[in-house]
Amino acid sequence: MSDMTVRRKKRPKNLDLTTIKLPLPGVLSIIHRITGAWLFLLLPVFLWLFEKSLASPESFAYVKGLGDHFIVRLILLGFIWFYIQHFLAGLRYMLIDLHKGVELEAARFSTKVVFAASTVMMVVIGAFIL
Amino acid sequence: MIKRKIFGASYGFGDWLMQRGTALIMALYATLILVVLAIVQPSTYLEWRSIFDNRIMAFLTFIYLVALFFHAWIGVRDIWMDYVKNAGVRLLLLMATLAATIGYTGWAVQILWRV
Repeated sequence: MSDMTVRRKKRPKNLDLTTIKLPLPGVLSIIHRITGAWLFLLLPVFLWLFEKSLASPESFAYVKGLGDHFIVRLILLGFIWFYIQHFLAGLRYMLIDLHKGVELEAARFSTKVVFAASTVMMVVIGAFIL
Repeated sequence: MIKRKIFGASYGFGDWLMQRGTALIMALYATLILVVLAIVQPSTYLEWRSIFDNRIMAFLTFIYLVALFFHAWIGVRDIWMDYVKNAGVRLLLLMATLAATIGYTGWAVQILWRV
């Protein structure tokens, strides 16, 4: 027991936040949480837009007209990236739950795939609807 | 291995499973709505409305939204439990989140089946 504690104390420790950095799958993890939180915060906005778009021809035209503003398009594009990013990272977690891609190299590679795919899909969907 | 009763207390397994189940429902709906949008290609109000006037689409949209609210509740609850240490504040935030998601469910009914 005492042998264990001595050995444990000798292990190198580095908790200097300026020199250590989160590995890529860790970055994906925190982004999954941040995008999830933002999607939740934006929920009432999208429910409101959905309601307006269905309520009457006038309110439909109003919602459609919002898309004319550059800033609205930019926010929408950001939202699309958040949604797809959260979606694909979630799929990756489910694959890991099924023991697919658990190894370090595979886990790092799939993280890059998620970031690349969400960005490409954002551009494609953005080009299609904007 | 510790023997535990599967009732009477929550060990988080149900939530873990629900988080994935609701995610799958949302993924299926996302595929469906993309196909529907590609077929209908709505540009006018009537074309857009016709999608959700369809009773089956309204029903499936509602299932999607309930899955979304449930998914959001579990996720946001985890965030509060991880970062908010003060029991009173945490309880307040949990109640507010729960109230919001229940309220959104009622709102979704109103949107999809208004008279």
